[in-house]
Amino acid sequence: MLTLNCPYCGVDADETDLHGEGEAHLKRFGPNSTDDEFHDYLFQRQNPKGVHFERWRHVYGCGKFFHAARCTATLEVFGTYLAQTLEPPQDIKDKITAKRPSWTWGNFS
Amino acid sequence: MSNAVSALQGAVAPGEVTVREGGLQGMITLRGDLSNAKLKSVCKTVTGANFPKMGEAKMSGDNALAWMSPDEMLILVPHSDVADAIAKIDKALKGQHYLAENLSDARAIIMVEGTFAREVMAKLAPVDLHPDTFKPGDFRRTRLGQVAAAFWMKDDDTFAVICFRSVADYTFRLLAAGAKGGAVGHF
Repeated sequence: MLTLNCPYCGVDADETDLHGEGEAHLKRFGPNSTDDEFHDYLFQRQNPKGVHFERWRHVYGCGKFFHAARCTATLEVFGTYLAQTLEPPQDIKDKITAKRPSWTWGNFS
Repeated sequence: MSNAVSALQGAVAPGEVTVREGGLQGMITLRGDLSNAKLKSVCKTVTGANFPKMGEAKMSGDNALAWMSPDEMLILVPHSDVADAIAKIDKALKGQHYLAENLSDARAIIMVEGTFAREVMAKLAPVDLHPDTFKPGDFRRTRLGQVAAAFWMKDDDTFAVICFRSVADYTFRLLAAGAKGGAVGHF
């Protein structure tokens, strides 16, 4: 069972209090993008075994979207952070580096 | 005008832990910038309660302020005082970005009272309700069984639960079944 700390409420929310909202830090390609860019934006998703960044929504609580960094293989949670960011904050990256020294994910490492 | 009636019309499930519908309760949802001084002061004016921090409910008699989210406050006042309270809020926050809406009749309030009330709640909600973690004055939005609900501890033996009116009967029966099941003796 996954327990994530909601950065807006400060509570440890059980998985059943939350709703998974897919991959984090997607860059939208809309009008004026190429077909390939739009295709990748719609359909191409990361499916890593290891470090992963996701969006979650505290659906039964405050209703806010937030981000979580976790390991898909061990379910270890490295941390959660606010939605108003384009990349993971440095302290989250440092925590991951301490435990998974050679991690990469998308353009982040 | 028709008379207001509460969802369960005062249903009671007596026992060692009694589950009792709270009857008509005025509830106002106030959305806005919770750090705004005018918003804080009008909340205090209409309820008499202090402004709660994250995860808290502050009570003053039967009135209360409950922290719902970083931009939402739940205001509890007597059912008959709601229009007056909203008028005061509208006056105090004129020209600002906010929303104050009367949700009294969209919701139900249920009291869970008795020695193992804490265990009744712990059976139903995915929340750490250990006495060291969840104390009187703490407030939590979560789910009870299958439905969204929020609750706070009024004192060591009393929880107040709010849920949507449409699921009031389910929530009441859920709590009553939890109470009837007896103490677990975990806490």
